[in-house]
Amino acid sequence: MRRSASVSTSLWFVALAVVCAFFADLTISAHDPWGELARLFSGLLTPDLTRTDYLAEALVRTLAFAFVGVGLGAASGFALAMVFGSRIVRTFCAFIRAIHELFWALIFLQFFGLHPLTGVLAIAIPYAGVFGKVYAEILEETDPQPRDTLPFGTGKIIALLYTRVSQAWPQLVTYTSYRLECGLRSSAVLGFVGMPTLGFYLESAFAQGHYSAVGALLLLFYVLITTLRLWVRPKLVPLYLMVAPFLLGSGLPIRWQNVTRFFTEDIVPAPLRGGEGWSELGPWLVELLSTEALPGIWNTLVLTQIALVLTGVLTLLLYPLGSRHFTNRLTGPLGHTVLVVLRSTPEYLLAFILLQLWGPSMLPAVIALAVHNSGIIGHLIGRRSNDVTLRPDAPTGIERYAYELTPRLYGPFLAFLFYRWEIIMRETAILGILGIATLGFYVDSAIQEIRFDRAMVLILITALLNIGVDILARWLRARLRLKHTAQSEP
Amino acid sequence: MTALALDGVVARYGDLQVLGPLSLELVRGQTIALVGKSGAGKSTLLSLMHQHWRSRGVALMPQDLGLVPTLSVYHNVYMGGLAQRSSWHNLVTLVRPYRHDVAQILPVLQTLGIDHKCWSATGELSGGQRQRVAAARAIYQAGEVLLADEPASALDGPMAETVLGALTQTYQTAVLAMHDVDLALRFSDRVVGIADGGIALDQPTHRVQASDLLSLY
Repeated sequence: MRRSASVSTSLWFVALAVVCAFFADLTISAHDPWGELARLFSGLLTPDLTRTDYLAEALVRTLAFAFVGVGLGAASGFALAMVFGSRIVRTFCAFIRAIHELFWALIFLQFFGLHPLTGVLAIAIPYAGVFGKVYAEILEETDPQPRDTLPFGTGKIIALLYTRVSQAWPQLVTYTSYRLECGLRSSAVLGFVGMPTLGFYLESAFAQGHYSAVGALLLLFYVLITTLRLWVRPKLVPLYLMVAPFLLGSGLPIRWQNVTRFFTEDIVPAPLRGGEGWSELGPWLVELLSTEALPGIWNTLVLTQIALVLTGVLTLLLYPLGSRHFTNRLTGPLGHTVLVVLRSTPEYLLAFILLQLWGPSMLPAVIALAVHNSGIIGHLIGRRSNDVTLRPDAPTGIERYAYELTPRLYGPFLAFLFYRWEIIMRETAILGILGIATLGFYVDSAIQEIRFDRAMVLILITALLNIGVDILARWLRARLRLKHTAQSEP
Repeated sequence: MTALALDGVVARYGDLQVLGPLSLELVRGQTIALVGKSGAGKSTLLSLMHQHWRSRGVALMPQDLGLVPTLSVYHNVYMGGLAQRSSWHNLVTLVRPYRHDVAQILPVLQTLGIDHKCWSATGELSGGQRQRVAAARAIYQAGEVLLADEPASALDGPMAETVLGALTQTYQTAVLAMHDVDLALRFSDRVVGIADGGIALDQPTHRVQASDLLSLY
């Protein structure tokens, strides 16, 4: 029997992941992982909601950074979308979105310090790159004819607003609110590098073993995200955007001499800074590549491959939870909630928790990435399956899953998975900050050692790696003829 | 008096020449009915005219109507007047229309029998209603020359006459591409027939014979 190209490609990916698993450290090294896990669950079940002072502060700051960052990112992204036809703009957007918000935060921390600007820009810059691309795609798909009927002399911006933007408005709103949800996750995670958001409080609660405080923080975070549609109303958004900048807190003042020093000294490669000349730059780079970049790239690729395949497997297992073909009135909302909780949990946060419980290895990262991403794709595939109409005599149970729905949904499933490939790689790199030896580990170490020149080169390599995977994923999607449009963006 | 003219224009799809070379003069105050069998090139000729004359304030009512389904009927009609207002005025109108603009647009909608749909999303309307919105937009634009492609194809008898009447009253110079020959003859001063990629008939309406038209189909 001849296999389809999609199945063959999938099998190659699985085989590669199995090979990678031999090279990966997937052990549990903690002394009492299950006891710790039990204590965490008991903390989650008995959340301590009485500490209203820091809980409120964590929530308000998380919201404020998300709104200002996403708002700024959306506005800049919209401006970039207007000129997205230019190759320079497309490359610029690809570059700024290829660098994870935590890397941006680490960079800005070096010269803005713990100033709110660090958190805001760390979200706004990569989000502007994403918004620029997706907004441009959404606007591109609108009907161009209304533009032809406009009277001669209509201004360009007004024409754009009345024709393309008006047509795309529902998709633009849906996508932006999805991004706001992502922004909340990003904002929460920024706490792990010192911003006063949820992650900051979560890390200290963990460090002190206050699992009930961890439970309370997580619970509030889930409530915040699951009720997003209730409190983020189009009419209220301008109000939120106006108030949010005043709720960022004052942080520490910016020392402008740090900013100047960062650009004129810190990031200049050591041989040039030390006056050793260009001839020493080559050996410096070779040393950096061989001792840090290459091991970092290797680990990033290995972890990404395993996490990607596990995400796929978990998605195929989980999507029935979001499908009307497998659930009823009672189990439907329950399944939906499970998927929402999985996708709402930032992978960084989950990896952090699992690392505390299981000890350092790649396993927590693999599980965190797979759980979060399969929650997202499972939700989308489940929703897609609801559009499928089955004949009245269609089989039920496992036959329905294996013969009716999964084959029909396999194309969109692969399209979404390949789309997330680059995102998984970006996350894999960043999880290095937690101690897993991916590129982020070397970036973080370089920053700790105040060797920003090395950190910048490694961040650049990470960005190029992401861009490379994005191009490969796009090529695969085109080769397998997997349709994927802006509206279906996860 | 010549209002606008095309001289030896050609339309191509890739390497294939589908129309022309042809020349045509529009006389001020004259309504031309563009007739010919389906696929003869009426829409292509209209689109050529629009490309050539757009900068001279020519209004277009395309066959696909060119409406924005997510916007209200009011906003779609208002788009006909965008060039006459300041950017700020147009921007505010997107959120909250000005009363005096509403007072100008409502009578146009009343004439075409869709004033009750003024604030409905255009995408929710029937084909005939949407065609009337496109006509209202052209009427509100009120330039000198109108190019309309099948402006009444989705309308029944009396409403088709109302729409064509309102359009020809607003625009003294117009080119109407139409498949309904009876209506075309009734609302035009001159008939231009398209066949085999060129102009096969160009006569004042009162001189057109049935045999002339039959030769086109």
